[in-house]
Amino acid sequence: MANLLEFRNVTKTYTRGYFAEAGTTALADFSMTLKEDEPTIMTVAGESGSGKTTLAMLLLGFIDPTKGEILYKGKNINKLRGDDRLNYRREVQAVFQDPFAVFNPFYTVDHLLTVPIEKFKLAKSKADARNKMEEALSSVGLRPEDILGRFPHQLSGGQRQRINVARALLLKPRVLVADEPVSMVDASLRANILESLRGLHRDHGVSIIYITHDLTTAYHVANSIVVLYKGGVMEAGDIDNVIQKPQHPYTRLLIDSIPWPDVDRRWGSDGMMVKESETTDKGGKGCRFAARCPHVKDSCLHIPPPLYRVGQTQVASCVLYDNNPVLPATQLTDVLPV
Amino acid sequence: MTPILQIRDLQVSYYTDLGRATALNRVNLDLNPGEKLGLVGESGSGKSTMALAMMRMIKAPGRIESGSVTVGGVDLITLNDEEMRLARLSRIAYIPQGAMNSLNPVLRIGAQMVDAIKAHIPNMSQADMTEQCMQSLESVDLKRNVFQMYAHELSGGMKQRVCIAIGILLKPQVIIADEPTSALDVVTQRQVMETIDRVQKEMGAAVILIGHDMGLMAQFVDKVAVMYAGRLTEVSTVRDMFSKPMHPYAQALIKSLPNLSNKGVFQGIAGLAPSLLRIPNGCAFHPRCPQAMDVCKTTVPDVKEYEGNRLVACHLYTEGA
Repeated sequence: MANLLEFRNVTKTYTRGYFAEAGTTALADFSMTLKEDEPTIMTVAGESGSGKTTLAMLLLGFIDPTKGEILYKGKNINKLRGDDRLNYRREVQAVFQDPFAVFNPFYTVDHLLTVPIEKFKLAKSKADARNKMEEALSSVGLRPEDILGRFPHQLSGGQRQRINVARALLLKPRVLVADEPVSMVDASLRANILESLRGLHRDHGVSIIYITHDLTTAYHVANSIVVLYKGGVMEAGDIDNVIQKPQHPYTRLLIDSIPWPDVDRRWGSDGMMVKESETTDKGGKGCRFAARCPHVKDSCLHIPPPLYRVGQTQVASCVLYDNNPVLPATQLTDVLPV
Repeated sequence: MTPILQIRDLQVSYYTDLGRATALNRVNLDLNPGEKLGLVGESGSGKSTMALAMMRMIKAPGRIESGSVTVGGVDLITLNDEEMRLARLSRIAYIPQGAMNSLNPVLRIGAQMVDAIKAHIPNMSQADMTEQCMQSLESVDLKRNVFQMYAHELSGGMKQRVCIAIGILLKPQVIIADEPTSALDVVTQRQVMETIDRVQKEMGAAVILIGHDMGLMAQFVDKVAVMYAGRLTEVSTVRDMFSKPMHPYAQALIKSLPNLSNKGVFQGIAGLAPSLLRIPNGCAFHPRCPQAMDVCKTTVPDVKEYEGNRLVACHLYTEGA
């Protein structure tokens, strides 16, 4: 089975000039693979500053890893040239958080769709291009006659975000990176956009990396989840297990903080409250979550805990489970179901 | 109990090149001291316009056409500009959306807070003002040294808390929080909401929370008001709203929520919110309503009171009455 996409011990450190002390590690020793013939939807979750957007940027080749490498179909994406590079650019697509910022206000929205068609020579004629555009728009639930020829300011946020999904669809990518695609749209439109994304996965076999801090929507779309905190994997596994039986104190905090739309499930019933970290701890030594963890022990402060297996398809990086077998960080994908 | 806030027939229009857009259409609302009300609706439904109208901060081409906003016995709409300036922050405070952008980057937090007090109580001593600011910061779980800091030294959650601290400086009777946590992640969101909750309990102020996150509403508010195209469609207690919503729009909104029991089911609301320039005749929701009747296309439903102090504007429940 060939690997479509592979992260090999990827670390990204942001430094502040040559003379500054150790920089900020946004992603530490992260390994993950997506298989070519098993499309999946994987969620990467975490707070702001957890490294989830860095992960997206690395995957899209916008920034280079400090250590490790990212392989696409067995080739390092930072060394792709010529046709390989064009191919990678076409097959790995993104939907970004802000549907307002990705459009150029001086062009009609057609521009966003015609440029990739020209660039990747997807259509034989103008009529063919038009057909392809209309097809892509209809498949995300938009009426092409309402959309084509309009300017971005004439469309709602939900419509614009769906045009982005349509654009991704047009290119028939293998991997789609969706960085908080629904955080800026209304709740009633969220469902429609997520449904379009799921359709892309189901009908076109696209693997989706869904980056979010919203675990409710993640639970509904994804098969697996990786929870990041300050660049390190805290917990990973089958989404049902992780959401329903979170093991790591950080995941528990995250899940406990979800505002469930249910009046019988209010916050703070179990009283596990962790102070917002006011210190800017440097990271590095010990468990990254130690400063906020209610179960912190001395041993947490020295060595970062490895990933302990806490179930068939679940691992947690926490010393609370140090009796369990260890999963090497490079085999993270083993516990992520497709 | 006499309501601390009474809104009567409030109507706001924006005069655009394309015609008059009625952003707020004859809205009536009462709020008791200590009550927390959630105001929900899609973008463009008039939530923020309502907040701005209460603060009398509607800018041209918008205009408050008619109606009254009474806070603690004083009708804000009839005040002159200077009286209104004094009423803001001391009677009614507004915590803006996106705390990131509402603090001045070149002034220390303390200077901005002192400014707010000075504008209302010019002859207070410097030491007293500083002390009052510090207390306000402490009441939102910030350290006293935040007073000396600049906005860029604070995290998003801390900036939002500074905004809350400024909002409660003069102990207003009504606090309006416009999507106070939309830019924050879940953990910080919870902490900020709990801060607002605690401060509100201490002061006994009424809070209006504006947002479209129904989850947050379920956690925080006592009553939910649903807006659609500039009108209130339903006002119910949070429990009634989530267990048996009456207005079809409220029903669709509740149904579209993801929760743990219905994994993989997505139910959006079909269609798009109407443009305020072209509000459909009759009930504005009828083109999207699964239960629309003939009368809905012609007559605007009146807001009627139902069991459990619920206010609903829908023809479904007036049949045979």
